[in-house]
Parts: sequence; structure tokens; C-alpha cells
Amino acid sequence: MVLAALLVSCLVLVLLTFAALYRAIAGPTPADRVVAINVIGTKTMVVLVLIGYIFHEAPFYIDVAMVYALISFLLTIGVARYLERGTIV
Amino acid sequence: MLEIIVHGVGVVFILAGLFFFAAGTLGLIRFPDVLTRMHATTKCDTLGAGLILVGLMFFPGTVYLRLKLAVIIVFLWIANPTAAHYMARAVYRTEKGDGDATGS
Repeated sequence: MVLAALLVSCLVLVLLTFAALYRAIAGPTPADRVVAINVIGTKTMVVLVLIGYIFHEAPFYIDVAMVYALISFLLTIGVARYLERGTIV
Repeated sequence: MLEIIVHGVGVVFILAGLFFFAAGTLGLIRFPDVLTRMHATTKCDTLGAGLILVGLMFFPGTVYLRLKLAVIIVFLWIANPTAAHYMARAVYRTEKGDGDATGS
């Protein structure tokens, strides 16, 4: 039951990622695209944690998910600074 | 028996998290404006990821694995609203017309 729940939730999250990818491609403004990419980053982080639970021999996927969350946060902050000021630093 | 109940509680948490993810993605696709899209996705994604990670804590694993999940949840609940706030401020200030001209 546990494995089936993990696999189904992985599948649903990947389908939702493709739905968010539509907004990332067709978004009228750059801010729309950045919001969609932020959503995709959060979903990818959750999928990585689920994969770490599906493969019991590989708990390092949890660490990969932590670093992925940090990098996704940095991406959003950097693009927001660029939109606001014209430069990143 | 007890194991089945504990795993069932975890599955219920994961289903709730998937519902919130789906609602956030629906808002991202259907809402008409960038600020409303941000309003939908930030809240739903933060709560959905937190619910799924809390649900995974009910599944078999070591204590360190659960502590790592707790660290991820705390970081998400700090970082996701901060990123959305910064993004919304950038959009608000760069809008033509009624942007905040007195920003620091």
C-alpha cells in the first residue's frame, strides 16, 4: 500500500508539473514565468523526496532535495532583484 | 494492525497535499493576473509540500531521515513566502502607472 501510494503521488506530481510548464512557456510577462518555475521547483523537490522513499537503499535523495530547495529559492530571489533593479548585484 | 493505521494516516496526509498542489496549479493556469497567480501558488504549494513531507514521516525510516524532512519543511516555510514577497514587490514597483514611487 505504501509503495503504491508513493508511486501514484509521484505520477500525479509529474503531471501537475507539465500543467505548470504550460504557464512557464505561455506566460505573458517574465514574472509569470518565474512564478511557474518556482512552482515546478517545489514540485521537483517533493518528487525527489518521494524517490528517496521509493528506493530504500538511496536515502541521499533527501539531501539532494534539500540542496534543490536552496537553489530554487536563490533563483527566484535573483530574478526578482533583476526585475526590480536591472542588475543582480 | 497498528502499522496499517499509521501508514493510513500518512496516506491521508499525502492525499491532502496532492489536493493542495492540484488547486495551486489550477490557480496558476486559470487566474488572469500575475499577482493573483502568485497568491494561488504560494499558499497552496507551501501547504501542499508541508503536508506531503509530514505524511512521509509516518512511513518507515530512521530518525535522521525524519529530522531531515523537518529541516526541509522549516526551510520551505521560511523561504517560499520570502521569495513570493520579493517577487510581488518587484512586480508592484515595476508596474506602469500606479507603482510605488516612494520605495526605499
